[in-house]
Amino acid sequence: MGIRYFVNINMNTFYFIAFLSIFFSILVITAKNPVHSILYLVLTFFTFTVHYILLNAQFLAVVNFIVYMGAILVLFLYTLMLINLNKDSEPVKSNMVKIAAVLGGGCLLVVLVGCLKQVGVADPVLLKDPGLGLVQNLGKVLFNEFLLPFEISSLLLLSAMVGAVLLATKDPKPKSV
Amino acid sequence: MESLSNKRKLIESKPLNFWERAYLPAIISGLSITMKHFFRKPVTISYPEEKREFSENFRGMHSLKRDENGKERCTACGLCALSCPAEAITMTAAERQKGEEHLYREEKYAAVYEINMLRCIFCGLCEEACPKEAIYLDGDIVPADYLRKDFIYGKDKLVEAPLNQ
Amino acid sequence: MELGDIIIKFILVVIIFAISLVVAMYSTYAERKIAAFFQDRIGPNRAGPWGLLQPLCDGAKMFLKEEIIPTNASAFLFIAGPSLAILTACLGSAVIPWGQNIQIGSRVVELQVADINVGVLYIFGVVSLGVYGVMIGGWASNNKYSLLGAIRAASQNISYEISMGLSIIALLMLTGTLSLRELAAQQHDWHWNVLRQPLGFLLFIVCAFAETNRTPFDLPECETELVGGYHTEYSSMKLGFYLFAEYINMFISSAVMATLYWGGYNYPGMDWVLVHTGPTIGPLIGVAVLFAKIFLFIFFFMWVRWTIPRFRYDQLMDLGWKVLIPLAIANIVLTGLISNYL
Repeated sequence: MGIRYFVNINMNTFYFIAFLSIFFSILVITAKNPVHSILYLVLTFFTFTVHYILLNAQFLAVVNFIVYMGAILVLFLYTLMLINLNKDSEPVKSNMVKIAAVLGGGCLLVVLVGCLKQVGVADPVLLKDPGLGLVQNLGKVLFNEFLLPFEISSLLLLSAMVGAVLLATKDPKPKSV
Repeated sequence: MESLSNKRKLIESKPLNFWERAYLPAIISGLSITMKHFFRKPVTISYPEEKREFSENFRGMHSLKRDENGKERCTACGLCALSCPAEAITMTAAERQKGEEHLYREEKYAAVYEINMLRCIFCGLCEEACPKEAIYLDGDIVPADYLRKDFIYGKDKLVEAPLNQ
Repeated sequence: MELGDIIIKFILVVIIFAISLVVAMYSTYAERKIAAFFQDRIGPNRAGPWGLLQPLCDGAKMFLKEEIIPTNASAFLFIAGPSLAILTACLGSAVIPWGQNIQIGSRVVELQVADINVGVLYIFGVVSLGVYGVMIGGWASNNKYSLLGAIRAASQNISYEISMGLSIIALLMLTGTLSLRELAAQQHDWHWNVLRQPLGFLLFIVCAFAETNRTPFDLPECETELVGGYHTEYSSMKLGFYLFAEYINMFISSAVMATLYWGGYNYPGMDWVLVHTGPTIGPLIGVAVLFAKIFLFIFFFMWVRWTIPRFRYDQLMDLGWKVLIPLAIANIVLTGLISNYL
């Protein structure tokens, strides 16, 4: 009985948090002020963290918390604060861009509708090992089975870093011959 | 240019060596200096309870003096008011009546004597100007107050306490 | 969980919350007293004996001050800023193990609110969240000094979080656990981690100074350049919250440092003491030892504050990126080599 009770609680929390995620993500795109929109994005990510916790993936939850909420979105906010957000400095968009945006959005809508048509009621996922998301297990999986992809992703990060440094450094003055 | 005072020192700025660049030794020596101060006796004087001794030529609040018989020395000649660069002093003279000989030394005395302590700059010129040695700036620090009018000190605050009391 | 456990956890939460508030409150008093002693003065001594009631008076003053919200500020975020700051500051205390299991009557009580197995990362998450309070408040004030302070806080926190994380990794390589409870238990008796990770501790404490915005890293609120930094526009208890959050942060980071590196509630000869004092008093002595360590760290924070001048901003960034991060990586490599080959 106890297990059933907890499952119910979990389901209800899940639906509530899922509702919040969608609610906040809608607010992200409807918010007039870019800073407000970023703050809603923070809240959205927070609900994602809660989702991870509900899935018993503590490590993923905390990493999502630290990396996305704690670092990346702070940087978003940081850059936004430096941008002049006045109405009159907003760039005027050309018609081409607008048409492209409509087309892109329309494609996304088609894909979404297509996907939703396929949706059936899934069986509740039952993990064979409920401790799958804990650090120890995750580390074992990452460093044994998925070692190669893991290391390759670090290469990706390295290349991004080198690119950033390259962009940031000024070009050396051409040497006079 | 030739230095006349011989006090000039040439300062060389050498590049820092490794330990100096590491900051840590400097920080530790700084911490040890502050720690020495931590155990030093505080130099604070908690003012209203403890008072520092005034220097000999300290000029504080004015007092109007009495002579050896307890009579007021001031004759309201107005020289102090004249000498005052801040125009802080004002007075009204009055004639001594019969039976008041034990109060005032001479026939004329100051019925009202007021010093505006907000104007006073405690220069001591009134003290120097007085021919009767009646005013001295030998008092304490003028205390703080809330209202401007309370800084105009009359005779009640300025005149020395009578003898034998 | 049965009802009794829940009640005990609740009591524990309330006690820890109260203790962190009281410690933060009296840290303000201690700061002023200690600053005075370092400068050959006596410090606050008028309110109560030795000025002990000073923090209460300050608190009352904060509450009674006029509350000002600037006309052009966005009111909701302006209020949300300090609230977030103090919320994130208080959250950190949840995973700190305050002592060994203590026996009260027939019940064994855990002196830790939540033993999550990623406790160290949780602390990092909470710390990284702390910058939001400062940023939101600084931006919402609609004041250039506040904004500059907020931006400084953000870039400083992100920069130093990296080296903090790297310095922790070396420690975690040795201990092999992310749970603070296990970390503390591993340092039994005198096997404190600082003996195995001196460089790591040095890096960590420097980063802790930067993360709590204490001198020499208090650039987000440096008075000489930015008036009051991110809290320029704040008054009354909202300002009080910001100041309070700083002291709570200091308390929590002291507790974290004591737990991670200085053995937490462990002290040499604790087994002997435990046997001789029994399962109720013994753990309490451990708690006292932990608090002694925390207070020493808080004292150290203040000692440094009243000794070292503030960094220039480029020096701060240089130190973070060009010195601390390479050192932390070197520390990781060194730790790996030593633990593998020795």
